[in-house]
Amino acid sequence: MNKARLMQGNEACAEGALAAGVDFFGGYPITPSTEIAEIMAKKLPTFGGTFIQMEDEIAGIAVVLGAVLAGRKGLTATSGPGFSLKQELIGYGCIAEIPIVIVNVQRVGPSTGQPTSPAQGDVMQARWGTHGDHPMIALSPWTVRESFDVAVLAVNYAERFRTPVIILLDEVVGHMSERVVLPEAADIEVYPRRLPTCTKEEGYKPYTPMEDLVPNPANFGTGHRIHVTGLIHDETGFPTASADVTENTIRRLHEKISRVQDEITHYDEFFMEDVEYAVLAYGGTSRTAYEAVLLARQKGIKVGMIRLMTIWPFADKVVKELSLKVKKILVPEMNYGQLVLEVERASAGQAKVISLPKYNSEIFTPQEICSAIEKLAVEVVK
Amino acid sequence: MRTYEKYLRNDRLPHMWCPGCGNGIIMKAIVKAADQLELDQDNTVIVSGIGCSSRASGYMDFDTLHTAHGRAIPFATGIKLANPKLKVIVITGDGDCTAIGGNHFIHAARRNVDLTVILFNNSIYGMTGGQESCLTPVGKKATTAPFGAVDRPFDPCDLARAAGATYVARGTAFHAEPLVNLIAQGISNNGFSLVEAITQCPISYGRRNKMPTGTDLLIWMRENAVSLTAFEKLSDEQIGEKFPIGVLYKKESPEYTSEYAKVIKMAMEGK
Repeated sequence: MNKARLMQGNEACAEGALAAGVDFFGGYPITPSTEIAEIMAKKLPTFGGTFIQMEDEIAGIAVVLGAVLAGRKGLTATSGPGFSLKQELIGYGCIAEIPIVIVNVQRVGPSTGQPTSPAQGDVMQARWGTHGDHPMIALSPWTVRESFDVAVLAVNYAERFRTPVIILLDEVVGHMSERVVLPEAADIEVYPRRLPTCTKEEGYKPYTPMEDLVPNPANFGTGHRIHVTGLIHDETGFPTASADVTENTIRRLHEKISRVQDEITHYDEFFMEDVEYAVLAYGGTSRTAYEAVLLARQKGIKVGMIRLMTIWPFADKVVKELSLKVKKILVPEMNYGQLVLEVERASAGQAKVISLPKYNSEIFTPQEICSAIEKLAVEVVK
Repeated sequence: MRTYEKYLRNDRLPHMWCPGCGNGIIMKAIVKAADQLELDQDNTVIVSGIGCSSRASGYMDFDTLHTAHGRAIPFATGIKLANPKLKVIVITGDGDCTAIGGNHFIHAARRNVDLTVILFNNSIYGMTGGQESCLTPVGKKATTAPFGAVDRPFDPCDLARAAGATYVARGTAFHAEPLVNLIAQGISNNGFSLVEAITQCPISYGRRNKMPTGTDLLIWMRENAVSLTAFEKLSDEQIGEKFPIGVLYKKESPEYTSEYAKVIKMAMEGK
């Protein structure tokens, strides 16, 4: 069995990506994500992998996309300002269906903001930051150990659905150290690169969707001579101006994710047996929220908690069911109120949704969230 | 069938370029260079950016990648690093390579990663309808420089050389046969190679600058392109619009992927 280690969230994230088969990293230094690049620079060449520090954030994702097309499993890591720059090629990854994982260790924005302070202000950017219609998978861990698991999951989802996957760390989890016991390599399930199932002579087209609506474009250098483009393309991979192909492509990109939405919606429930109120939290904030719920329970308030690990696609069904069970849902976030909008939409008026935003560059205290819970219990729903 | 034709995807032709455009001539020079070197189609990747020239990738029978505007070089760098056995050729334009992609261009040259960049220089943003590029000569007109370009253009060859490229050459669509050799030498160089290929855009550039046909622009190339030795003898007054063609610079220098292979060896040996 692996020994217990004191490890940082960023380090666990890097280790998880390596365990899932990542053998290529490209990026650009940025606080508070730099440790991931530093670990990759050191570890990748020890087993023949490749690390490169690029000239800017855009090149940091471009180089990974190129490497992935040539058969590697790729990761890049950044924070808010770099995440903004990477949006262009996240969209490229969506339409050209290139598996890639982008870690965003969130810090206070906009712009340079507070580089060393935590925030959760990139939740909506993760969903809608690149232009055009596209699905998105974004996962947000709440512990160091889960940063490892989320990285494994993210790499596997990227490969399985051939799509960019975003890991939304925040500075709390990324820079926190905890005692962790990592799983044995043999216990980690790794999704292999999808490969062509037939030859050109047998009618292989790189962008023909398989049964799961995901295509199997060949790796470069394997004799298939495929064409990859960011233009709307048909099954051959070549661009077309056809309205039908455009519509079918955009729909398929969405459906390849929406059809597995339940499977990829990961969340925890706490104290949900006899509840009147609930706290819905994610990432670093959910650690404080959990303490607050314990405090409130000690005070006799019937409050439970939902902790989302999957941020996108949004856990509509979970929130809908929750809103039928409780009177009020409190949503603490380290931003001006972002994911609360999705909670409101999904609860569709069934429960009162209350935003608890915090955007002063400091993390919540359990007392703050507990006071907000106490307020929920006092105020009567009109 | 001429031997170089196997390097073209004939089912994707005819191409989408305008009548009189020189891009077809440059593309033909690339496939002829590929033929001359007998490049293995299964182990060669063509990477392009966005713009008229970058559509060439779709017509060529290799693994081909049509990336985003300005980003061909970092995508190509990733491919080369992922599998150093692959020959990687970048097709780009003046706006794509030296404006929006300028940072990537100089840094790939600095690393001396083994890529061959063929820069189709038509002095204009053709696909968007004739806007000034950073290679539009001073005084030439464009839709966004209706009174003539004020800002000075780069010399991309000087830029590449200063940034660390180990092979720099310039050719033109008029000098089509010598261009084949310039490209072939670039592909053979184990390091970052730039071949600037001057090409004509009669529709978006020539028409606004008193050279309304492809022929006018080819004549301009014939009259202004001179050998490097002849160019060096010209006085400042004589230079005018003249520019040197041929191999402009060559240097032996460690190539990035070979150097990184040493890093891997060191790391694997636990040094």
